[in-house]
Amino acid sequence: MQSKSLNVAVVDTNPIRAAILCDGLQAAGIETVHVIRDTTGVMRVLADLAPDVVIIDLEDPNRDVLEQMFQVSRSVSRPVAMFVDQSDASMIEAAIDAGVSAYIVDGLRADRVKPIVDMAISRFNAFARLRRELDETRQELADRKTVDRAKGLLMRAKGLGEAEAYALLRSTAMKQSRKIIDVAESIILAADLLGPKGDAS
Amino acid sequence: MNTVLRVGFIPLVDAASLIVAAHKGFAAAQGLALDLQRQMSWATIRDRIATGRLDAAHMLAPMPIAAALGMPKGAPRLIAPVALGYNGNAVTVSERLWSAMVEQGATETGDPAANGAALARVVQARPAGSGPLSLAVVFPFSPHRYELLDWLSGAGLVPERDVRLPVVPPPFMADALEAGLIDGFCVGEPWNSAAILGGHGRLATTKAALMGRGPEKVLALRADWAEAHEESALALTRAIVGAARWCDAPENREELVALLAASDALDCPPEQLRPVLSGELPLDATRRLCAPEAIVFHAEGATEPSLGHAEWFYRQMTRWGDAPGGAEARAAALACFRPDLYARALG
Repeated sequence: MQSKSLNVAVVDTNPIRAAILCDGLQAAGIETVHVIRDTTGVMRVLADLAPDVVIIDLEDPNRDVLEQMFQVSRSVSRPVAMFVDQSDASMIEAAIDAGVSAYIVDGLRADRVKPIVDMAISRFNAFARLRRELDETRQELADRKTVDRAKGLLMRAKGLGEAEAYALLRSTAMKQSRKIIDVAESIILAADLLGPKGDAS
Repeated sequence: MNTVLRVGFIPLVDAASLIVAAHKGFAAAQGLALDLQRQMSWATIRDRIATGRLDAAHMLAPMPIAAALGMPKGAPRLIAPVALGYNGNAVTVSERLWSAMVEQGATETGDPAANGAALARVVQARPAGSGPLSLAVVFPFSPHRYELLDWLSGAGLVPERDVRLPVVPPPFMADALEAGLIDGFCVGEPWNSAAILGGHGRLATTKAALMGRGPEKVLALRADWAEAHEESALALTRAIVGAARWCDAPENREELVALLAASDALDCPPEQLRPVLSGELPLDATRRLCAPEAIVFHAEGATEPSLGHAEWFYRQMTRWGDAPGGAEARAAALACFRPDLYARALG
């Protein structure tokens, strides 16, 4: 298996991450990348594909299904869990931290495997970063709505303009060493509790 | 300042001693704080221990033995200084298989001999070409697999020819049964109760009925970590033994149910936990089978990682072709269980 291009299977129920990884592997010169999204019957599909390398989310419970296929079943050429092969402990640790698990056909040279695992690590990390950024953006949007609502309450209750209401929120937060969003939430909560029904909104 | 240990667990009732040690002061009394980290697969537990991302973990008793025998290749050596109890597993089958078994003489006693014989007659009565039945287990190197293999072969069935034993992750067992992908499974609680109370399965037999007092999970540590952190290893052993004794006490049952049901623990409805903790298992949505010792956390030596248990698992592994024979392999297998550390911790 010196020059033959490697056959890689990606088992991932998340279509976006699978696509990101697939794209990266192809850019790295891996010609055959199979994505398996539906994990029912994953064993049969893998037996047919006979991949050299299988990449799967470390957190995917279906890993235990692969373990059986690769460890106990004698029907396929068995990739084995990429393990703390003392020679490259740092790569394995980076993989575990990134949430990447790789199974590799026994005897495959480490220098052929490393680029694939490295690519999986970087794409998994990139995906996690994207998801984090998306979560943060969503949170920011939600926070902005809360602050706007608190501002509206202050404007009505105290007859302030928008800029004054915001300045009051900010100075209160500074005095109490709290975040603006926390003060805004307190105002809304207080208005919900104290105000007549429906008045807080 | 307590020493923080990162401890992995799988959502199962037999993780109770770890959860109780963390939350009821048993760890703190030993100068430890347990950072419990729920995991979704046994392979992930093994890999996180291997790379030092977990210091200790809830583990299937045959897994340290498999690691000692080079499965998977390159796996670091693990040791078990304390066991996490006896039993806790049961065999649940689909409504359809259960009806067929009842026609062949199965009873709601959970009796392994009678129900195994009924299962064998169901297999014989199946039309030619209908393929083997599937009874799922949770991991290749698992007590569940060896219990089923023992039960099936005892009933005259040939595993893998008459009955396949695929691996299905516990949270998917009930769904797989409902969808007809498998005909039954052997799994730890609360997953039998979840399937049976949900109306997707019927109780065929229990581990207590099959094995008497059968070893099941252990606390696993990396051998080199345990050597470098011996005081922590002994302290953790003491904390777990104290917690296991607490778990056995009937007066603590409702508090144990609440601790296990919590969203950061098993995250399941309390009614799925009560049967096994009360020495019962559900027969269907309303009726219960009295199942003494359905799970034992501490009594009768349940926390001792005995060499006899290691030997039993090793014998099963060689019997079913999962592990090599020979004096050297046997010695490596037995060396993972550490009754000496257990005795020192408690001495």
